[in-house]
Amino acid sequence: MHGSHPVEHTGAHGDVRSYVIGFVLSVILTAVPFWLVMTGALPKDQAVPACMGFAAIQIVVHLFYFLHMNGRAVRSWNGVAMFFTLLILAILFVGTLWVMYHMNANMMPGMMPPA
Amino acid sequence: MSVQSAILPNDAHAVSGHEEHHDAAGNVTLGFWIYLMTDCILFAALFITFVVQRGAVAGGPSGKDLFDLSYVAGETALLLVSSFTYGMAMISAERGSRSAVMSWLVLTLLLGLGFMSMEIHEFSELVAQGAGPDRSSFLSAFFTLVGTHGLHVTAGMIWMVTLIAHVLRRGLTEANITRLTCLSMFWHFLDVVWIGVFTIVYLLGVA
Repeated sequence: MHGSHPVEHTGAHGDVRSYVIGFVLSVILTAVPFWLVMTGALPKDQAVPACMGFAAIQIVVHLFYFLHMNGRAVRSWNGVAMFFTLLILAILFVGTLWVMYHMNANMMPGMMPPA
Repeated sequence: MSVQSAILPNDAHAVSGHEEHHDAAGNVTLGFWIYLMTDCILFAALFITFVVQRGAVAGGPSGKDLFDLSYVAGETALLLVSSFTYGMAMISAERGSRSAVMSWLVLTLLLGLGFMSMEIHEFSELVAQGAGPDRSSFLSAFFTLVGTHGLHVTAGMIWMVTLIAHVLRRGLTEANITRLTCLSMFWHFLDVVWIGVFTIVYLLGVA
């Protein structure tokens, strides 16, 4: 056996079983939204949030089973860096959408007050 | 275990000099993880640019007109399977089986190559039918986002070739395992970014 103490920060590289579980979950979480959109099984206003929900779950599955962000890793500096990044991402996404949609709503030529 | 107790033992090691080797590998992977987090912010900026510009088709084709979901499903499958095969390479590395590591790495490389050929083919088809990055804001944002992901995958493949050479020459040394670990994080990270791409760009573009 080589490297029974792989990398402290990220934890072990897992075993075959955890990769298989992660892979099977990912296949399901990918196939369902593709099927939803390709067959039009759901109307658009339901398909969009459904796809985003499946993507969010699949990202967590990948982080846990492939990138080994398990309980121990989450409580290390890796976790601190990840949660800080999530905060930045949230500010980026929410802030941009907020600003840009207000700009669109308030600055279209047709909506200018008459001079 | 609190955040404090997770951090302190490593600081203690650094001070007392115990297990320096072990800590060096941990520091490298932590540093690489922080790089990945910054890369995450780069991709977030490209994603949000795409979301803001996706309706700006300038009278040209929209995602609904252009994207072929079964083709994208093929690309997705290649990348997902390659993430799994890279995981198998890491497990083989832990078990110290060099030949298994080599086989899994070569298989991963071929899957990555398949993914990139599909993407390049898709891009050239789009450009050929007049839907290049110069057609509209939407297409500029599309090519920038998906192309940046493709460039990362290409960089990962070049890195994989160099690591195959490293492992061939020196075997599964501790340094090589650390290198393989960093590339595994990079490769899995690119698969995570692809989840965002196929959902936000392709599925929501067609839905």
